[in-house]
Amino acid sequence: MRSPHSLMDIKIMHRVLRLFVIIILFTTTAKAQPIFQDLVQSHALNIIKGSVKTAPKVIESIQRFGGKPTNKFLLEWQSKNLWSRRSDGLIFLVKSNDKKKYTLFDLETYDIVGIVKKNEIKQIKPNSGVRGLIGTALVSSQLTSNILANRIASLESLTRNPKRTHLEPLRKAILKESDPKVRSKMERLERLLTMQYDTDTVKRIAAIKSFSNDLGLDVRARLNPILETTLHLSQTPPKAGSYARILDINKTDRLTRTEAYDMIVKQGWATANISPKMKRTAIIKHIKNGRVAGFDIKDLNLETNRNLAYSRLTDSGLVSKDVNDTQIQLALNKTFFYEQYIEPSTQVVITAKNSLASIKTKVSISQGIDLFLDGLSLASIFFLAAIGLAITFGVMGVINMAHGEFIMMGAYTGYLIQQYITNYTLSIIIAIPIAFAVTFTAGVLMERLIIRHLYHRPLETLLATFGVSIALQQLAKNIFGTQARPLTSPDWLGGAWAINDVISISWIRVAIFGLSILFFVMLWFTLNKTRLGLETRAVTQNPRMAASMGINPDKINMLTFGLGSGIAGIAGIAIGLFAKVTSELGSDYIVQSFMTVVVGGVGNIWGTLAGAAMIGFLQKSIEWFNPSNTLAAQTFMIIFIIVFIQFRPRGIIALRGRAAGD
Amino acid sequence: MMKSPLMKFLNRNPSVLIFLLILSVFTILITIGSEAFGFGFISTSLVKILGKTLCFCLVAISMDLVWGYCGILSLGHFAFFGLGGYMIGMWLMYERTRLIVLEAGKNAELPMTVQEIQNSIGSQIFGVVGGSEFPIIWTFSNFLWVQLLLIVFIPGLLALIFGWLAFRSRVTGVYLSILTQAMTLALALYLFQNDSGLRGNNGLSGLQNLPGLEDISQSVISMWFFWGSALALGLGYLFVKLIVESKLGNVIRGIRDNEQRMRFLGYNVEIYKLFIFTFTAIIAAIAGALYYPQAGIINPAELAPIASIYLAVWVAIGGRGRIYGAVIGAGVVSLLSSWLTGGQAPNISLGFIELKWVDWWLVLLGISFVLVTLYAPKGIGGLFDKLTKGARK
Amino acid sequence: MSGALLEVNAISVSFDGFKAINNLSFNINCGELRAIIGPNGAGKTTFMDIITGKTRPDSGDVIWGNKNISLIQKSESEIANLGIGRKFQKPTVFEHQSVMENLIMALKNKRSPWSVLFYKPNASDNNKVISVASGIGLFDYLDKLAGELSHGQKQWLEIGMLLAQEPQLLLVDEPAAGMTFEERKHTAFLLKKLAKSRAVIVVEHDMEFIRSLNCKVTVLHEGSVLAEGTLDHVIKNQTVIDVYLGR
Repeated sequence: MRSPHSLMDIKIMHRVLRLFVIIILFTTTAKAQPIFQDLVQSHALNIIKGSVKTAPKVIESIQRFGGKPTNKFLLEWQSKNLWSRRSDGLIFLVKSNDKKKYTLFDLETYDIVGIVKKNEIKQIKPNSGVRGLIGTALVSSQLTSNILANRIASLESLTRNPKRTHLEPLRKAILKESDPKVRSKMERLERLLTMQYDTDTVKRIAAIKSFSNDLGLDVRARLNPILETTLHLSQTPPKAGSYARILDINKTDRLTRTEAYDMIVKQGWATANISPKMKRTAIIKHIKNGRVAGFDIKDLNLETNRNLAYSRLTDSGLVSKDVNDTQIQLALNKTFFYEQYIEPSTQVVITAKNSLASIKTKVSISQGIDLFLDGLSLASIFFLAAIGLAITFGVMGVINMAHGEFIMMGAYTGYLIQQYITNYTLSIIIAIPIAFAVTFTAGVLMERLIIRHLYHRPLETLLATFGVSIALQQLAKNIFGTQARPLTSPDWLGGAWAINDVISISWIRVAIFGLSILFFVMLWFTLNKTRLGLETRAVTQNPRMAASMGINPDKINMLTFGLGSGIAGIAGIAIGLFAKVTSELGSDYIVQSFMTVVVGGVGNIWGTLAGAAMIGFLQKSIEWFNPSNTLAAQTFMIIFIIVFIQFRPRGIIALRGRAAGD
Repeated sequence: MMKSPLMKFLNRNPSVLIFLLILSVFTILITIGSEAFGFGFISTSLVKILGKTLCFCLVAISMDLVWGYCGILSLGHFAFFGLGGYMIGMWLMYERTRLIVLEAGKNAELPMTVQEIQNSIGSQIFGVVGGSEFPIIWTFSNFLWVQLLLIVFIPGLLALIFGWLAFRSRVTGVYLSILTQAMTLALALYLFQNDSGLRGNNGLSGLQNLPGLEDISQSVISMWFFWGSALALGLGYLFVKLIVESKLGNVIRGIRDNEQRMRFLGYNVEIYKLFIFTFTAIIAAIAGALYYPQAGIINPAELAPIASIYLAVWVAIGGRGRIYGAVIGAGVVSLLSSWLTGGQAPNISLGFIELKWVDWWLVLLGISFVLVTLYAPKGIGGLFDKLTKGARK
Repeated sequence: MSGALLEVNAISVSFDGFKAINNLSFNINCGELRAIIGPNGAGKTTFMDIITGKTRPDSGDVIWGNKNISLIQKSESEIANLGIGRKFQKPTVFEHQSVMENLIMALKNKRSPWSVLFYKPNASDNNKVISVASGIGLFDYLDKLAGELSHGQKQWLEIGMLLAQEPQLLLVDEPAAGMTFEERKHTAFLLKKLAKSRAVIVVEHDMEFIRSLNCKVTVLHEGSVLAEGTLDHVIKNQTVIDVYLGR
């Protein structure tokens, strides 16, 4: 069947066909189906048994063909997905779902050509050199593609995983690049690669220096390997200048004492330390008739006896000798552990060190600013959550434990509205007043039905509003279920505002900050400059006198309570945008909100502002010391507040004297 | 006729005798009905529920003393309850794991060394949080009697420190309530951490198994704990009543009603509050130490602020300022709660919609709590008062 | 008796910049009855708050008794135990407790929680309670709740509690407020009787009432002493007339 004759025939036939098609191709723009296969087959020998020598020609020839199949072919070649059919030597793209059936695909149309068994085909396995060449070729072809999107995509993939081999194609591509944005990105990447891989030390130093103000994570990721060291040990002091630093084995974090000693043992400079576990195994091995080295095994439940037994075994030469602590220390003292830079050029190392130091300074400044922004954002969230409470608790002296549930109601209102209005911007804009209206109504209802009867009995108010809180929470659970509901922010609030590579803050948080500023100004204005505010203060200070002056305290109380509750509703929308909306949303914030009001000082909104700022910044600062553990941060925060109240029982901004009452 | 002071006291306060009598009769009835010692018509799980309810009644008594009599609405007493549970749980878990480790090591080629046993226990207990070392707080977990002392000592110390800070700065009323709630939250958040040394949110488990007594069935052990809880409740009731009926009771009620006036009468109000706060914290801790071996597991969620709020709800519904009110409140509400949320209660069908008790119980509880606060500030106990007064007339 | 029972030296206190008490000095001797008058905001209540330890002065000193104890750093309860009693304008008795219990709490006894817990009334305590209760006319009401008493009876109970406390100095805030003519006469008589065995400071608005007390008068104005002397002497003082009487 497989005579060389028939193979020749096929080849000739293909060539004729190819010639024919090329003619057509020149005259029309018709599809050139079989030609690509021909081209591949023409190189079949070098593809199947490729070497670094022959591969470039093949790659070039295939790339010259151009078009979609080219890159796909190279990629599949590189990833060892090409197989040749034993029967005719034709090369196919092959995929198999299981080990039995192998599906052959055409190289150009990707139509299924057939399904075969494994022994009918043979996999093409290019060696790593060839694969590297293919990769470089792919990169340069992609980078110089005529389609901008392709160039951007390939540049992005390069940036993610840059390699030494990419340097040359990148440099060539820069020369051809027309788009200024892409070009500058390419240049940046080129400098990064130069820094690490160029053979010319001068060029590398220049590239490293150029990055000394760059806060990008990629820069640090590329700079750090230059400063990487390897660990060495010797029994004589290393020559000055040949090492990066000598390690003090008692202090360093790089390796533990045990690890260090193991290294010495590996070098053959000392005998191994036998761990208790190894001793145990060794002792067990030598048990004879329930005894080991003169010990009854029931006595070997003591560490000292075990050691003794082991040393007896050593004496009789049955096991290798153990070392004691002083011997270990002696060996460690005699040995020098030092690190050497992998990078041979001292110049490069020094420059990299300097650049990294300068970057680190800038990074820590930026981190400071970032921390500040984080604190600010947390503070504004606490402020939003607490300000409604500050009005009801601070101004009216009424404690509302259901405040958290009002926040939750606001968030659910937003969620419900988004079910009907799918334009997120519009839905949020509509949700804000509706949430206000809903919780305002709820607040007024609660004031009328419950709180009104309990004025001047703060503990009872606290209890009754607890009841409301429990009921509302369960009600929400019954209606909306326990699963979290999303409150989606509009696209323009997605993403983050990145000032540089370190400082960034999500737009939602910026918006919340803006919202809390707006609230503060509005409330301050309402309470200090409007009739309502004046009447509220009058009712707070002396309800009887206020009543005699024609102010209706009932109405004022109702409105104030409604206002505080309504603001909770809006806060709910804001919080729902970044936290998941669940029935427990409110209770997550209630304690912190009360803390904010109490720490800030009851009775004025400046106090709430101060309290929110303090709690927000403090919590972020504590988190900064121990970033992995926000629970601990909250714990310390609360303990701090309890202690803080010792020194300022009336809060940061306190009303003193008789006006503050008891 | 009756000479000893206790007898005199009981003579003057017949309600204590009535309570102790009811409690004894109840205990005997349960014993007769139990699987272990009687006819077996009361299942072991029901015995456990009732035993746990007795512990709830005990912690409610302590809440009533601190809130109903001394006027401190503490939203942190369940934290002490939980801490008590943790203290006994540490010993139970350590000792049981140690026995398991010893049992497993019996057939090993070499008997285990002390260090090996310790390491093995450590990795069994702390494996879930990725550790094997014993934290410092477990130092005494192998001594039962030290852990028993710690049940009293640790929550007592926490109450003492917190109370000293809070009362010294004259934080009162709702401020104090919020502060106690913050304390509870801080403690719960701390315990939720994996490196808290108490197994993070896994908590301590397997507490229903008494080390060394594996052969004794749970039906017997549950009765032991039931008796223990009943005894503790009886003693707690007696002690609290002794305090309330003494001059100390008058003083703390005076503090509740007008603490400034008490100061001008020469009483150091802060010391009294601290005394009551700490004392009640200790009662709560003892109740917790009896409760969690019956529950079998304790985790930080048990200490969440909401638990302490429920405690206040029980006492308020039962009627504060009257100790039997606290017992009634805790008993009725917690039993109803566990029955209605346990899924056994029949659902209510309204034709178009079926109301499940599991879903609506909390709504109902919340609303009834509001109604009690508004219209029956004396709670169920208040009804009792009216009835007894009516009978006297 | 040598020296004053209570000596107030140049005390000042301010709230948010408002000087409630300004460099005020004041003395009272054992067994003296003294009236303090002054317009609203003159600092009368703050003055009493400072003496009883409720408010700490910013500067100055308050010296008590023969042993010259400074009261500045002492708490309310310590000061009360040293022998200073205070009666409020509104009767403040413990309404949920019986008259007996109210009086027993006030009796001069050890005040520590421990001794209070194990307290048992002895014969002398019982006698004291009975004699005080008889003195204030509440002997028949000993088992009644204080909340069930009439307004006047509550006032008496409070005075009884003060007596049970056995103070050396009594501060009385507006005792005649809201009283009928007859009641005022009775109260004035009682205060004078009390002042025989102890020092009494009466803060009052009512000129007629003060006249009936027939004692030395101190006029406060804007936190300091404006004038001191007999009532007749004081009301002739031009500044006093300007700031107080003239209105």
